[in-house]
Amino acid sequence: MGDSGTFWLPEQASTIASQVDGLFYFVTWVSAILFVGVVAAMLYFAYRYRRTHPSERPTPVKESKLLEISWIVVPTILVLLVFNWGFKTFIEMNVAPPDAYEIRAEAKKWSWLFTYPNGTQSDTLYVPEGQPVKMTMSSQDVIHSFFIPAFRVKHDVLPNRYSSVWFEATKTGTFDLFCTEYCGTGHSDMITQTKVVSQSEFDEWVESGGGAKDLPLPELGKRLYSQQGCQACHSIDGSSMVGPTWQNLYGKTGHEMEDGATVTADENYLREAILEPGAQIVAGYQNVMPASYSNLSERQLTALIAYMKELSTNEAPSGD
Amino acid sequence: MSTDASAAAVHAPEEGAHGEDENYLNHETGLWSWLTTRDHKRIGIMYCLSLAVVFFAAGMLAMAIRAELIAPGQTVMDADTYNQVFTMHGIMMVFLFLVPSIPAILGNFVLPLQIGAKDVAFPRLNLASWYVYMAGAIMTIVALVTGGVDTGWTFYTPYSSSTGGGILWMTAAIFVAGFASIFTGINFIVTIHKMRAPGMTWNRLPLFIWGLYATSIVQVLATPVIGITMLLLILEQSLGIGIFDPALGGDPILFQHFFWFYSHPAVYIMILPAFGILSELIATFSRQRIFGYRAIALSSVAISLLGFMVWGHHMFVSGQSAVSSIIFSLITYLIGIPSGIKVFNWVATMYKGSIWLQTPMLYALSFLFLFTIGGFTGIMVGVLAVDVHLHDTYYVVAHFHYVMMGGSVMALLGGMHYWWPKMTGKMYNETLGKIAVALIFIGFNLTFFTQFILGAQGMPRRYYDYVEKYAPLHELSTYGSWVLGLGLFLVLGYAIHSLYWGKKAPANPWAAATLEWTNVAALPDPHNFLRTPLVTRGPYDFHLADEVFGGGDGVGDGRAATAGTLEAPKPAPSAPEPQESH
Ligand code: HEC
Ligand SMILES: [Cu+2]
Ligand SMILES: [Cu+2]
Repeated sequence: MGDSGTFWLPEQASTIASQVDGLFYFVTWVSAILFVGVVAAMLYFAYRYRRTHPSERPTPVKESKLLEISWIVVPTILVLLVFNWGFKTFIEMNVAPPDAYEIRAEAKKWSWLFTYPNGTQSDTLYVPEGQPVKMTMSSQDVIHSFFIPAFRVKHDVLPNRYSSVWFEATKTGTFDLFCTEYCGTGHSDMITQTKVVSQSEFDEWVESGGGAKDLPLPELGKRLYSQQGCQACHSIDGSSMVGPTWQNLYGKTGHEMEDGATVTADENYLREAILEPGAQIVAGYQNVMPASYSNLSERQLTALIAYMKELSTNEAPSGD
Repeated sequence: MSTDASAAAVHAPEEGAHGEDENYLNHETGLWSWLTTRDHKRIGIMYCLSLAVVFFAAGMLAMAIRAELIAPGQTVMDADTYNQVFTMHGIMMVFLFLVPSIPAILGNFVLPLQIGAKDVAFPRLNLASWYVYMAGAIMTIVALVTGGVDTGWTFYTPYSSSTGGGILWMTAAIFVAGFASIFTGINFIVTIHKMRAPGMTWNRLPLFIWGLYATSIVQVLATPVIGITMLLLILEQSLGIGIFDPALGGDPILFQHFFWFYSHPAVYIMILPAFGILSELIATFSRQRIFGYRAIALSSVAISLLGFMVWGHHMFVSGQSAVSSIIFSLITYLIGIPSGIKVFNWVATMYKGSIWLQTPMLYALSFLFLFTIGGFTGIMVGVLAVDVHLHDTYYVVAHFHYVMMGGSVMALLGGMHYWWPKMTGKMYNETLGKIAVALIFIGFNLTFFTQFILGAQGMPRRYYDYVEKYAPLHELSTYGSWVLGLGLFLVLGYAIHSLYWGKKAPANPWAAATLEWTNVAALPDPHNFLRTPLVTRGPYDFHLADEVFGGGDGVGDGRAATAGTLEAPKPAPSAPEPQESH
């Protein structure tokens, strides 16, 4: 990683990087030229006009209006040029394309947690190559800052509001991700990696719940139960919370609905209950289950149901 | 110098008669006479000693930081200690050293001498400022002892709200020390307005005075803001009033606005007087009028005012609105221009001059070199899109060290060497002086230039530990800090040597043309001038300053100048060598 960088800058791995670098080098070179000019003049004068006798009395030099005006005007033009350029790129950096893929980042002392739209979570950031990604970030405690040098993006992560940053990775590989706002003892350990992978590899990774590809289904289901926040409303020990418990739910017959109908809690019923919670409401409960689970992948759904099966001693319902 | 009858230019003789016997150091002695003195020169010396101690302590902390960073992982201390060390380094260097440094030491000592006044306008307030400063310094030590201050010198909330009680002492200390700044600022403004010698018009003010004037404006206007901010922080922490802490319903960004509203102008408190010193050094050691005197004088004032409108450039990635960022970036450029103009003017001043490469001039040239780098990299971090990448990395660390150390501290060192003969009546060893400049210059660049590369490569600041790829440059930077430290210790060494064994200084060893050299004894009289000087020319009109050359017949004299080559074994018995000639 980062090995193909230049003397000054690390490897470029995002669409914005080359623009930032162009600007960086422009300012560096113009500065270097002016700097060499100033220092050369200084050294030349120091040598050319060195004092050879203590009684030397140079005649005063007339001030030159032209010279003074030129060194006001030229730098002004230069800085306005640079400002304008920097400003345009900055705007681009600040406006995420509407089709950007959204990832949530949560910072706390001293770790990162990334959540993908289907609820998959990871502490290493996975992003697809060639797809704009928008990070929506917040902090649980103090201010942190999200920085990927190879992408040239950075933004503070605040405790009381969301902040965001976007980028589009241009090459696959692993890149450093740093916290750059001082946050205490573990500040310099708040480092993780950004893994840029091809779109298909990424999809597979997200679908599988974050590298859980080989996990047995019930195991994955158990993980999703907490990752996806089901545990906030559903117990697994029989107690009733906001939603009905999952204990002995699977295979339950004569399951009563709000509208008086009864159903058998088989795979298809459960599947529908997750994807379209409002379609049928369980008797005695409110219609408050989020509809957002409809984007769970097939494998995730199957895993969740497999987990529910494990929690149930009921016989498998026969057929459909 | 001075004295000379021939001096077409004015001024009064003074010393003459009793120049040797009575001076500001020996007319009263004993600790009590110092602790109750109202003499601006003695207060300057007291500040000098106190600040030297602070600089030493904060400098040692810097060495400790570099030692820890010599290699990744733990080397000499654990993470919490490291965090406290860099925090104390920052707080002490900024609030207790750089902010007061030049005005409190050299400003106090030189300002009345340069404008031909007997003292500052409010001598008691001046003494009070020292006591207030000491109170602030002692509270800082208490904070250090109570421990736990590990917030960085910026105290960003809510992190600072969540750390121990030391922080309360610390912020209170800064609140108190702020008053010392305000006292000095008010004093200088009034003194400059009201106490100039006859003939000392605004256009004849030495540029050091202009620099101090601009600085004082900032001190008086900006310091109350940091006071209020620290007070709010204290209120929040002790009474739980939610101002900055989101847990209490406050807004952490608000703190950053408050903090930088002071701390950016504070950058100008640190650099404007340095600009002033630089003008003195370049003019004297080039024997030329400052090119574009008016541009330099007015640009200082322009900077001090514009300086209040750029604080947001510290917050481009903090969550302030993009529009604010854009406006702040634009104004930041505008403020870069006057600084650039000054650099061009100083270089132009050397043109067709008579350049004498004594130690103070070498510091001035180092300043030009380093400050120019600091300035250009300042433009770089002001470029919105690039700052997103560079913000909070070592690039910024390197940038402000080039400005603060390469600028302010270099100028302070140059100024200390320049006025040393006037303050102590002794010369220092010129050869050692030159060796020290070289060490400091090389050490400084080695320490901090490497940090530009580190930062551009993405190394975040305030990191106790870092990823492997940054190791070689960090190591180099640490070696640089040793060279730099060696240079500074050498200065300390020959300064002490000079106090005891240094050659006696003549009244005007550099053949300078400002009043403190031309009209004041080698060691100033307690009342500075025996007779109020009358000013008839500009501060750098060497072509009119016959008294500096002894009659202007063009030959032979320059004794003043020769005596300045310290080592010159000229015993020069009557220090203020009136030129016998003519
Ligand atoms: C905000 C609370 C809440 C969350 C979070 C939640 N649910 Fe529900 N869920 C409910 C409520 C309330 C009901 C009963 C009303 C209804 O059927 O819509 C319910 C019903 C269900 C049912 C039908 C239960 C039955 O007894 O028929 C299933 C299956 C289910 N949820 C699965 C899930 C899964 C899987 C998740 C996590 C991916 C989840 N829920 C997250 C509130 C929640
Ligand atoms: Cu951090
Ligand atoms: Cu600033």
